[in-house]
Amino acid sequence: MEMSTWTTKVGLAQMLKGGVIMDVVTPEQARIAEEAGAVAVMALERVPADIRAQGGVARMSDPELIAAIKAAVTIPVMAKARIGHFVEAQVIEALGIDYIDESEVLTPVDEEHHINKHKFKIPFVCGCRNLGEALRRMAEGAAMLRTKGEAGTGNVVEAVRHFRAVQGEIRRLHSMDEDELFTAAKNLQAPYELVKQVAAAGRLPVVNFAAGGIATPADAALMMQLGVDGVFVGSGIFKSGDPARRARAIVEATTHYNDPEIIAEVSRGLGEAMVGINIDQIPADQLMAKRGW
Amino acid sequence: MKVGVLALQGDFREHIEVLRRIGVQSLEVRLPKHLEAVDRLIIPGGESTTIGRLLTLYKMIDPIRARAGRDLAIWGTCAGAILLARTVLDVKQGGQPGLEVMDMAVRRNAYGSQLDSFEQPIDFPALGDAPLHGVFIRAPQIESVGPSVRALGSLPSGAIVAAQQGRMMATTFHPELTGDDRVHRYFLEL
Repeated sequence: MEMSTWTTKVGLAQMLKGGVIMDVVTPEQARIAEEAGAVAVMALERVPADIRAQGGVARMSDPELIAAIKAAVTIPVMAKARIGHFVEAQVIEALGIDYIDESEVLTPVDEEHHINKHKFKIPFVCGCRNLGEALRRMAEGAAMLRTKGEAGTGNVVEAVRHFRAVQGEIRRLHSMDEDELFTAAKNLQAPYELVKQVAAAGRLPVVNFAAGGIATPADAALMMQLGVDGVFVGSGIFKSGDPARRARAIVEATTHYNDPEIIAEVSRGLGEAMVGINIDQIPADQLMAKRGW
Repeated sequence: MKVGVLALQGDFREHIEVLRRIGVQSLEVRLPKHLEAVDRLIIPGGESTTIGRLLTLYKMIDPIRARAGRDLAIWGTCAGAILLARTVLDVKQGGQPGLEVMDMAVRRNAYGSQLDSFEQPIDFPALGDAPLHGVFIRAPQIESVGPSVRALGSLPSGAIVAAQQGRMMATTFHPELTGDDRVHRYFLEL
């Protein structure tokens, strides 16, 4: 018997496809998310909107909170470690959690190196803004990707930008002559073998979700129609007027993303969405998507 | 023969891809009207709580139940096996809906968390001597089967990981994640 293989790491992400992963900060919220049809929850102390508002250093959540959320639900539980903080990742693995998000939403501890994710039994998801970042994270062992978007803004513009960037670069690679892939790999700052693989397949070899700014059922369906495998919703649910209803509506819109009548139906009378922030009003040093390299 | 793949959530595209490779066109099933067009249905891996909720919400439980095993052959992988089981153990708080059509008891997340996911060869005599490559991801376990259910596959420990009741079949592992299409072919003959 082989445990924690690459196939099982990538495979869990494949099982999450077409689903919604929701940020939760209490066991009660985790129950609401599970009840609404979330495929997994992200256990956090503060949602990104609050991290953004409160400032300071954002770290891994209290293990007690992560364990309490794990105990409250039967669906997979994810938790965030800071970029480069391999000991936070070791702690999360020791808690028996299902997936680690090495996340730019927390304050990075290493400004050059991400975690060497091959050393872990637990699978990792990492953020990306473009294909180069996506392939570098995979080279480090990420078994799942998510486009970063800009977390805690309720503004889906960056999620769209990042996903279109990744897809556009994949299409360009796919159309290249094999002689051109060496330079493409150099320009992407990514391993040649991965570049060659993506160029041949015309798609990423791992699951890629959208994250960062999804606040409405239509936002989720937009990302699904663009071609993501599923969505993370952070602050968008529990910072809205009626979290349980909004959570259910986003789950339904993610499944029926190609059916505008259903999206219209589930979007009716949802109450207030989270307050949105325009990206150009965020000071440059407070943009989370720029963290990670 | 019209094969449908339940496409509410999970790895339905992987199943569609295997079917395509063996020359079988399939249909994504999300609503009752899609169901009417198919006579075989694959329920993919995914989250059984999510798929069960969407099955209920979009009124598909009764139409599937009414035809299951009769003019609708069904195969559930992993979450799909949970949804087919008459009895489900370790359900989410407050219970969870399912199809309850196969006479067996299935325990969710029977091996533990993702860290306990594993790969292991499976003895599956109906498919010949070559063992199947078993991929088990937060897998359920078939704890007991009724007299009308036949065990098809097992692990070296003896644990049943594949079962059949007439034209209904359940596997707790994921043949769609391997290059081996024998289980898909077996289902298409049911």
